[in-house]
Amino acid sequence: MSMMQNLLGWIDARFPLTKLWKEHLAEYYAPKNFNFWYFFGSLALLVLVIQIVTGIFLTMNYKPDSALAFGSVEYIMRDVNWGWMIRYMHSTGASAFFIVVYLHMFRGLMYGSYKQPRELTWIFGMLIYVALMAEAFMGYLLPWGQMSYWGAQVIISLFGAIPFGLGEPLAQWIRGDFVVSDATLNRFFAFHVIALPLVLVFLVVAHIIALHEVGSNNPDGVEIKKKKGPDGIPLDGIPFHPYYTVKDIVGVIVFLVIFAAVLFFIPDLWGWFLEKDNFMPANPLKTPPHIVPLWYFTPFYAILRAVPPMFGSQFPGVAAMGMAIVFLFLVPWLDRSPVKSIRYRGGLFKIFLAIFVISFVTLGWLGTQPATGGYKMMAQFFGVLYFAFFILMPWYTAVDKTKPVPERVTFK
Amino acid sequence: MKKIIIALFFLVSPALVLASGGECGHIPCKKANIDIHNQASLQRGAKLFVNYCMGCHSAKYMSYERMGQDLGLTKKQVLNNLVFTDGKIGDYMTIAMPAKKSKAWFGTTPPDLTLEARSRGVDWLYTYLLSFYADETRPLGVNNLVFKDVGMPHVLWQLQGLQELKNEEEIVKGKGHTQPKFELIREGSMSPAKYDQAMMDLVNFLAYASEPAKLVRKGVGVWVILFLLVFLVPAYLMKKEYWKDVH
Repeated sequence: MSMMQNLLGWIDARFPLTKLWKEHLAEYYAPKNFNFWYFFGSLALLVLVIQIVTGIFLTMNYKPDSALAFGSVEYIMRDVNWGWMIRYMHSTGASAFFIVVYLHMFRGLMYGSYKQPRELTWIFGMLIYVALMAEAFMGYLLPWGQMSYWGAQVIISLFGAIPFGLGEPLAQWIRGDFVVSDATLNRFFAFHVIALPLVLVFLVVAHIIALHEVGSNNPDGVEIKKKKGPDGIPLDGIPFHPYYTVKDIVGVIVFLVIFAAVLFFIPDLWGWFLEKDNFMPANPLKTPPHIVPLWYFTPFYAILRAVPPMFGSQFPGVAAMGMAIVFLFLVPWLDRSPVKSIRYRGGLFKIFLAIFVISFVTLGWLGTQPATGGYKMMAQFFGVLYFAFFILMPWYTAVDKTKPVPERVTFK
Repeated sequence: MKKIIIALFFLVSPALVLASGGECGHIPCKKANIDIHNQASLQRGAKLFVNYCMGCHSAKYMSYERMGQDLGLTKKQVLNNLVFTDGKIGDYMTIAMPAKKSKAWFGTTPPDLTLEARSRGVDWLYTYLLSFYADETRPLGVNNLVFKDVGMPHVLWQLQGLQELKNEEEIVKGKGHTQPKFELIREGSMSPAKYDQAMMDLVNFLAYASEPAKLVRKGVGVWVILFLLVFLVPAYLMKKEYWKDVH
């Protein structure tokens, strides 16, 4: 035996290194028919690593103090070696995270990846999404620009709309003050750099453990474990490593080319990734005329503003925004179709999914526009369509005509 | 369903066009064709900035040393030509005017200009600098079409001279789409063309100051992307080779 094998044997007697390697990579059998949409899971993991590593370096020079925060970010941008690149990696990474996660979630909806037996994988994934929104929201306060400040002011005040006298004390408890202030900045910093990243990492591990327990779904929605060879290996399964590791490397490089193109050439992406107003230091006495959250929140922001106040309370809008996310959690139980993949579903599901995507994107755009007249009516119209996708799901998935699902996956 | 969506898109498209006007206050923006790699222009802009702007405005996130390095100036050149106080080369470009007092003098504290080109945009700045005009109703005798009733005096009047606005009524009616017509009522030390160029230099300097990394980041980006594209070839071939045995 060589030295390396000796060492490995020594470790394996004490820690299941080889066992873990086999279970999750070398002998994790994934369906061989993964397509384009299956890149986004590993890409999300890559972006998480980018965010953590760049975040560590940013923390070395950032100052969580309302008098110093804005200047410390500019210090990073100018006087820290390669600081501008690390900061742009982090700001571009935040948006990239949402792009990748939205595409990953859309893949799940298309191929029914949330259906039995993968409900918990979906739930863990949704929890990651919620944690990610909290992480992004709190991170956005840290540069202490005008939009950081007023965006946080608006979003936290939403909690104030909760009735029965609970709202305002809750909002104050979150802020640690009567308005967004130094106390808010300090606690958001604590949440952003340690509490939520820990939660995120834990949830990602749970998401992957749940997935590897039941096995991956695929574009055909066929359970590959139902057809096994004499060796007990699924006939349509291939080891994740090396097949999907070498494939994902290609995906990673293509992703990084696009990522680098934004990072180095248009880091603010015309105001979509870095808002113009955020280059002005936060001024608690000067409300910007047009407060817009970053693009990944705008669909929900549009829903919030589309609902008119009832009984003098903004709460219905806040509740609608919350429900827009809660419904996503329920998808595994709202879907009553006997098939998983869109490939074998009928026209009804396809139409509703298309309406859902169009509504989500349009609401996202509407969230960046003023909530007046025609815009507001449009947001109400598409808001209703957004919810129709979920509320009508038990009906249209049950009556929809399905096609016969093949025994084995299709692979050319 | 699809028809309704398409119809709705057509309904909002005029609103989109309307919303895009009026970015520069009462008039359309003039395009600032700046070139951040033109070092001579940046040097001229820096000179204008320290001579005319820094009386009231700081650039407190920018250090003289860094500026000198990026503008191709030696420490001595910077200290002799651009630093008017007993400041040191490593100092940031701050000013002595106390913020509270200047608020009493001008109605508002003159903002720090380090990031003005990023928060306002270069076209806005350029148009603003060209749009001061004589207005007797204002305490300082001038107004600005981009920033109505601005507290700032026309600091550069000695260079530009003083101009009069000829089509005020049409501009009010034009809702941000009518070009202003100016006429010089007092000549400045620069010709209009020269003044335009000087303002372009100044805006160029402010664009640089708002993001010094802009000088290098595209150059780095080219190499990063080239490396990735080269790396893509063996990665793709390796994937193809492995996947040969998957049937």
